[in-house]
Amino acid sequence: MTEETVVAAGPPPIVRIVTQRFDHPDSHTLDRYVATGGYEALRKALAGSPGAVVDEVKSSNLLGRGGAGFPAGTKWGFTPPGVWPRYLVVNGDESEPGTYKDRQLMERDPHQLIEGCLLACYAAGLSQCFLYVRGEMALAQERVAKALNEAYAAGFVGRNILGSSFSVDIVLHWGAGAYIVGEETALIESLEGNRGMPRLKPPFFPAAIGLYGKPTIVNNVETLSNLPWIVANGADAYKQYGSETSPGTRMFALSGHVKRPGVYEVQHGVTTFRDLLYSPQFCGGIRDDNRLKMFIPGGGSAPWFFEEQLDLPLEARPVGAAGSMLGSGAIVVMDHTTDAVKACLRVVRFYARESCGKCTPCREGTNWLETILQRIVDGHGRPSDLDKLLDIGDNISPGPYPAASWTDGGLDAVPFPPRQTTICPLGPSSVAPVVSALRRFRPEFEAKITKRSVNIPLHVEREGTRV
Amino acid sequence: MSDIETPVTVRITVDGQPVDARPGELVIDAAERAGVYIPRFCYHPRMKPVGMCRMCLVEIDAGRGAALQPSCMIPVSPDMTVVTDSERTRKAQEGVLEFLLINHPLDCPVCDKGGECPLQDQTVAYGPGESRFVEEKRHYEKPIPISGLVQLDRERCILCDRCTRFAKDVAGDPLIHFQGRGSSTEVNTFPDEPFSSYFSGNTVQICPVGALTASSYRFRARPWDLEETSSTCRTCSVGCSVTVQSSRNEVLRQNGVDNDAVNWGWLCDRGRFDMESGRSDVRLTDPLVGGTTARWSDALGAAVAAIRATIEAHGPSSVALLGGARLTNEAAYAWARLAKGVIGTDDVDCQLGDGLPADLVLGLPRATIADACTPKGTIVLVGPDVKEELPVLYLRLRHAVVEDGATLVELGHGRTGLSRYAARTSYAHPGGDLVERARLVAKDLDESGPITVVFGRTSLAEDPAVLAEVAAIFLAKGARFLPALRRGNVFGALDAGLAPGLLPGRRLLDDAGPATAVWGSTPAAIGRDATAILTAAAAGEVKVLLLVGADPVADGPDRALAETALERATVIAVDTFLTESGTRADVVLPAAGPSEVDGTVTNLEGRVQRVNRKVTPPGTARPDWMIAVELADRLGVEFPQDPDALLAELGAVADGYADVASALDRNPDGVLVTGACPLPATPTARRAPAPSGSTLRLVLTDSLYDAATQTAQSPSLAPLAPGTVARLNPADASALRVEAGTVVSLASARGAVDLPVVVDDGVPAGAVAVAANQPDCQVNRLLDATWPVTDVRLEVRR
Ligand SMILES: Cc1cc2nc3c(=O)[nH]c(=O)nc-3n(C[C@H](O)[C@H](O)[C@H](O)COP(=O)(O)O)c2cc1C
Ligand code: SF4
Ligand code: SF4
Ligand code: SF4
Ligand code: FES
Repeated sequence: MTEETVVAAGPPPIVRIVTQRFDHPDSHTLDRYVATGGYEALRKALAGSPGAVVDEVKSSNLLGRGGAGFPAGTKWGFTPPGVWPRYLVVNGDESEPGTYKDRQLMERDPHQLIEGCLLACYAAGLSQCFLYVRGEMALAQERVAKALNEAYAAGFVGRNILGSSFSVDIVLHWGAGAYIVGEETALIESLEGNRGMPRLKPPFFPAAIGLYGKPTIVNNVETLSNLPWIVANGADAYKQYGSETSPGTRMFALSGHVKRPGVYEVQHGVTTFRDLLYSPQFCGGIRDDNRLKMFIPGGGSAPWFFEEQLDLPLEARPVGAAGSMLGSGAIVVMDHTTDAVKACLRVVRFYARESCGKCTPCREGTNWLETILQRIVDGHGRPSDLDKLLDIGDNISPGPYPAASWTDGGLDAVPFPPRQTTICPLGPSSVAPVVSALRRFRPEFEAKITKRSVNIPLHVEREGTRV
Repeated sequence: MSDIETPVTVRITVDGQPVDARPGELVIDAAERAGVYIPRFCYHPRMKPVGMCRMCLVEIDAGRGAALQPSCMIPVSPDMTVVTDSERTRKAQEGVLEFLLINHPLDCPVCDKGGECPLQDQTVAYGPGESRFVEEKRHYEKPIPISGLVQLDRERCILCDRCTRFAKDVAGDPLIHFQGRGSSTEVNTFPDEPFSSYFSGNTVQICPVGALTASSYRFRARPWDLEETSSTCRTCSVGCSVTVQSSRNEVLRQNGVDNDAVNWGWLCDRGRFDMESGRSDVRLTDPLVGGTTARWSDALGAAVAAIRATIEAHGPSSVALLGGARLTNEAAYAWARLAKGVIGTDDVDCQLGDGLPADLVLGLPRATIADACTPKGTIVLVGPDVKEELPVLYLRLRHAVVEDGATLVELGHGRTGLSRYAARTSYAHPGGDLVERARLVAKDLDESGPITVVFGRTSLAEDPAVLAEVAAIFLAKGARFLPALRRGNVFGALDAGLAPGLLPGRRLLDDAGPATAVWGSTPAAIGRDATAILTAAAAGEVKVLLLVGADPVADGPDRALAETALERATVIAVDTFLTESGTRADVVLPAAGPSEVDGTVTNLEGRVQRVNRKVTPPGTARPDWMIAVELADRLGVEFPQDPDALLAELGAVADGYADVASALDRNPDGVLVTGACPLPATPTARRAPAPSGSTLRLVLTDSLYDAATQTAQSPSLAPLAPGTVARLNPADASALRVEAGTVVSLASARGAVDLPVVVDDGVPAGAVAVAANQPDCQVNRLLDATWPVTDVRLEVRR
């Protein structure tokens, strides 16, 4: 594959929905938001029925952006009838390795998120909204708080919004620095004042029994940020973009060994990994025009992809069929100077550190994986370690791995039967890099163990410094 | 055929066998009832499942296909298929055990749990043969004390959440918690906040490994060296089921046994650990006469001589008996017959002026704990702080409110351990408007479900007559009553007739029934209660005072009165230790302690349960029943000669106790004795004088740890007595210009004590709340048992 063919094919045209205001230096202010059509969707929605909003969102087939890719409109329909109050919880805990798109949305367009929350509450009959922002995101917290104050003062939030009978309060909550509270049930525990540890689901999903035991919709920041545009412009307009099963646009956060890392909003389902990595509108290729070694297509939890998968479209189903997932929309690119064993260790270490400690296989298993990998990296590996790594992985995430993680109508990224002996998918996430790396780069592991020199080229920066 | 509804069952398949499960039952329980045991660590049938350890993973197919699921979290559903022995299940379980063991220190040879350890047992049954872990194990400082009673070894902990769940969900004391994350997750307390729960010992019992150990048991025995017997805790009247474990004639440990009617397996720490007092080296081992060691025959002879001479000179009612609430039913009956049938006195009281009138307790319609805890029912609490006095009843009531939707309404003189769960609290000024408040509360009660009044003394410094009026109000609402009297077997003693005006079987003197025939005679006139007995003794009218496990000087409400009474009368004391009262006795007879006798006890519901002997008493100490039998013998009357025969005779004179022995063999959870004596006419309580502006009204309450003999003689418990403070409402504190820590003098017309102040908005304005019977302070110096209330002046000590 050469770069020319890529550029010749060309990515689909750039469409900006959720990042449309990002170029304004004051995109985070109420003035700018209102001047660019902000809160018009809310006005429009309030003039019609909540059902109309639900229908619009359902027909747009907007997929959740938190990782599981579940259709938002369908999720709203899961609340049991007649149980009140019901809550909206906004998942702004974005901590998946490589993911930094929600932060942009909160920092640069907080009113869009607030309007999205209001629309969701109106549509699904939710009386109170809790906006949970990751603890480390100081600027996002400041901007969201400031925007919320502006919105309250302008009558967009609170009692009798815009003179209607619709009232909603939005409560801000800052996380305390744990990856696991991004998992929706752990987030609910954290909001309730408990230690952030996931609840077992099934039997109960938050939509039925959530915050304070009440029906609760948990949606991701980006998911909600799409709502104002969809309501203002209609589902049909939204579906013009993207593919049929993945309509609209989606934000991807690119990092690693690319020339121009960053967050890109692209048409969902039609743009390919190759477009993102190589097109000059996006990352513009691998740094120093090095060779691609591997990339993580959907955040640290996703099994790795390689050159062969570059032409897959950014769409859940084909990515799932190829054995990985789009997850949180974070693509981490690694070039041929990367040490696969160290890269694997680095990702595993993250999950070992972030395991909430609730279930045995994750708490002990992730740590054990890390310890063994560290030992191999330190030159103390044993030949039996490699099969042991795989078997430990199998005890955390049993069965053939990886397999398709896409399920039709499933409630989470977990396929059925769940390939996990754990409560939540964090434990199995640590297995993804191990299996990916060992399958593809087993000789690198073996070389470390037998202490033969490992033939990984050193990366040479343009200035000539060696790193 | 009867028209009892056939219970609905859910048909599932476990390992190929059809199983009829109960609707809503968890797979792990349904399988176990069908004889298929699924291994587990975190699941505990008395706590909500958390699905943490993942040991109970089995393949469950509920229609979507088989998947590994935690069987402790999944309720059965129709046509569910469960496979517990597949290759997938086996590998998952083996994997979990390997994970649990990689960082486990395996110090089984020096671990208290070794030999009774679920981790050991399940590793043998389900674990991998050997470990593939070659790395360094995780290390923590070896055991750290998390309270005075419990030590935590974090290296052994498998993080099953049993202890932490118990503390938070069952005890309501969330003082231990998970900290850290990933493989550095550990259980620990918060800095400077020990795990000072009244129920901490339960965590030791339910910890599936040796991570939590009891200071009192560490390194004392190996499980295979222990002998055990089932029994019943006698420390308070809840009557928790226990197993008493001993080695080489020493009781080393007492664990809870799950009695569905009573304690659900839990114990309070006082009940669990006060067995330590049994092995105290200051136990009474030999009789004392005039303060010096004597032989039994001489001591008994001296006692009988004193009794006989007094009866001859002054008549039977110059002899009185106090105590009996710590005895077995058999012993209580023997002493009751000795006093009422042989000596002929009705001046007998097993309560020391800190209880309720016996005929009121036995006359009110009785509720069981289960009645009180009926889901969606109403519990009215008019009485002491249940958490302090009847701890495991507190757990049950708390559960009823928190988990089963019962409504708790509290009437009293200030905040108690249950107040935070109450839908409504109404705090009366002591001696003031309790009756009026009871009327208001009663008016609003939800009468659609059962109403249970947990009924006892709201303050020991207030005349209990007012409580009879309160009882009448709720009686009119159809309520049943769960009497909240604390002393171990006070209800057995009352049923045996150890109260003025009463005969065995909840009968009044004028309705003696079979007792007349068996005993030959019964007292003709109603005798005196404890306060009147002590008053009469102080006045020289009662000449011989029998104290049977009673210490009126330290443990009664009126110290001065008790001191004078014991000064003047000839005192014969039967006890396990030399108490303050015992030191003033002329004859002291050493008695066997709780795990040293066989018999039965009766709890606050009227439930009879067995107590069993595990060890022999120290020295020449004898069971209380035997002492009564020997005294009777010397007074010329032959009593039944062993506990079984005494129980049989009790059954012959007390209707409810007929056939109790055989019924107990059939019902290990105990046998409920029902029936009531005629309810006395409701007295109109003397209204207290209006409080004068310059005084505070005393509220006197008990706390779990106090100077009671067995507690004070248990090295683990003695340091836990909180000591006495004067708790004041913030308004009074600021009006009196005192603050927390200020040492004040509380002075009544009787006496004065010095105490530090604690400011507490749970105390009603105008009152001062003080704990009774604390080791550092003789608060009962302030009281005159004949006063309707006690008013004290507060002065600042400079
Ligand atoms: C370990 C773990 C971490 C997660 N972290 C996040 C996160 O940081 N942000 C997020 O939106 N969703 C996260 N999720 C997904 C949420 O559980 C949930 O599916 C999502 O917030 C739902 O929103 P959506 O339907 O709008 O996508 C995480 C899931 C798991 C299992
Ligand atoms: S899999 Fe890991 S993060 Fe998830 S609940 Fe279990 S221990 Fe916690
Ligand atoms: S200390 Fe014991 S009961 Fe508590 S979590 Fe650890 S293993 Fe479980
Ligand atoms: S509640 Fe009472 S009976 Fe139960 S263990 Fe405690 S003291 Fe013993
Ligand atoms: S016993 Fe079921 S997960 Fe622990």
